[in-house]
Amino acid sequence: MKRQILVVASGVALAAATAESTEWSTQWADGEVETLASLSLDALEPLPADPTNRYADDPRAAALGRRIFFDTRLSSNGAVSCATCHEPARDFQDGKALAQGVGTTDRRTMPIAGTAYSPFLFWDGRKDSQWSQALGPLESPVEHGGSRAQYAHVIDAGYRAEYEAVFGPLPDLSAVPRTAGPVADPVASAAWASMPESERESVTRVFANIGKAIAAYERTIRHAPSRFDRYVHELTTTGRAPEGVLTDDEVAGARLFIGKAGCINCHNGPLFTDDYFHNTGVPVGRGAPSDIGRHKGAEQVVADEFNCRSTYSDAPSGECPELDYIVLDSDEMVRAFKTPSLRNVAARAPYMHAGQIATLEDVVRHYERAPRSPAGQTELHGLRLSNREIRQLVAFLESLSGPLSAPPSFLHEPR
Amino acid sequence: MKKGTKRTLKIAAGALAALITVGCMMHMGMPHAHPPAESEFGMGPRRSTSGAYTASIIPNGELAVRKLQTVRVAVADSAGAPVDGATIVVDGGMPQHGHGLPTQPRVTRSLGNGEYLVEGLRFNMGGWWVLSFAVDGSVGSDTITFNLDL
Repeated sequence: MKRQILVVASGVALAAATAESTEWSTQWADGEVETLASLSLDALEPLPADPTNRYADDPRAAALGRRIFFDTRLSSNGAVSCATCHEPARDFQDGKALAQGVGTTDRRTMPIAGTAYSPFLFWDGRKDSQWSQALGPLESPVEHGGSRAQYAHVIDAGYRAEYEAVFGPLPDLSAVPRTAGPVADPVASAAWASMPESERESVTRVFANIGKAIAAYERTIRHAPSRFDRYVHELTTTGRAPEGVLTDDEVAGARLFIGKAGCINCHNGPLFTDDYFHNTGVPVGRGAPSDIGRHKGAEQVVADEFNCRSTYSDAPSGECPELDYIVLDSDEMVRAFKTPSLRNVAARAPYMHAGQIATLEDVVRHYERAPRSPAGQTELHGLRLSNREIRQLVAFLESLSGPLSAPPSFLHEPR
Repeated sequence: MKKGTKRTLKIAAGALAALITVGCMMHMGMPHAHPPAESEFGMGPRRSTSGAYTASIIPNGELAVRKLQTVRVAVADSAGAPVDGATIVVDGGMPQHGHGLPTQPRVTRSLGNGEYLVEGLRFNMGGWWVLSFAVDGSVGSDTITFNLDL
């Protein structure tokens, strides 16, 4: 089954290598070619439907969502938008250990491309759709810091026509307080409690639709091929390893990634993630509180006001399999965090859920050492890697950088 | 306790090793578990621990990594007669990694003729998985354990 096939060596790229390593670095067993192909963007399935958001593929919703995404009026201080932390020019993240909105969060900003494929969002998976994810930061006291009533008024004042074209008539907001929502702020919270139930419901409906518009925009943000994808595309279509696409170190790193180092166990598939949660013994971040990750996130998503089963979801009744079969109250999920995609990872330091690790080399050394977890049990068992192999793994990770793709102008702030 | 488990594993073999694996290691973490012989892999028919039942997994297409999927499990007694009306609990995991399944699959329907629908099954990575069905039916309680290579 693991028949070795000799891939014809290319002289140029390998000129510096020894005869022995040249031969080794250009040979892939057919099982390995299959594994490499499983990681390539060529293997990415079409964007899955989001039955919870009936506007997910409406271009008008995406255009509105894009404008909202960049609009700082959706914050308590008029200075924070989604793009504050999700900067389009930086792979929709911010390069900071802990995200900074109107305050400082407990977690590292995650990128957006490809998240339409994830059954659970956030490092702890406490949301089960892109649209419900988008609503979390809007009412977080340290992110946008505002309230749903405030945001409904922003839609009324700034986006009425665009909103109504997609979602139908806006409710009458004339009696709705400027600031009101089930948030930490006592004034907004008291105002919310004083509103009649029907009014709260219609404001929440507008709020949910804001999330659905943002999700329609975010769905369009995709990964475009990296050098690794080009290498695999050529390898699988011609049967030969292409010249000059990956360096020897990158090829050796790919071999370690899918073999000895076992990275592919969790970082599998074309998005380099198993979409699940693992305790990898990452230390508690500086300035971040102790964090039990998915153990709590699983409880939260089941109880979430905007989950697949909620009245704001468009999913047909009884069709929320991710929630139906979710693992709850599992010791394995204590301090387990989502496996992040590794696409564009080299441009995304610092690493881990609270930016605890500064460089990719240090990340690989973390997996090599496999320290005890501050809580729960780490799944890591340690690796034996030479300094050269660590360098090769890092080189491979750097070959996963590529541009993003989206409809024209969607990767920029609207004028 | 870990040392003791390791010693036990050394003297156990084949299917027995696989069963101890399922029982003891799935939720403890055991990096050095060794997969059983190739003949122990597959979708059955496979005998339960005490021989009360045999079962086969009937997939809906090829089992895939990361996808939430549905399979059928066909249960028979030791004489080969289909067993209906049983209560079946599904469990599983990766003995080499020390973790369980990423979902909690369940038997959601009895399909008749000894077949049951298992929904919510996911394997989040490639490699050696065990999948067990604890059957409580007409001839008592027993567990059938499958070794699967994803």
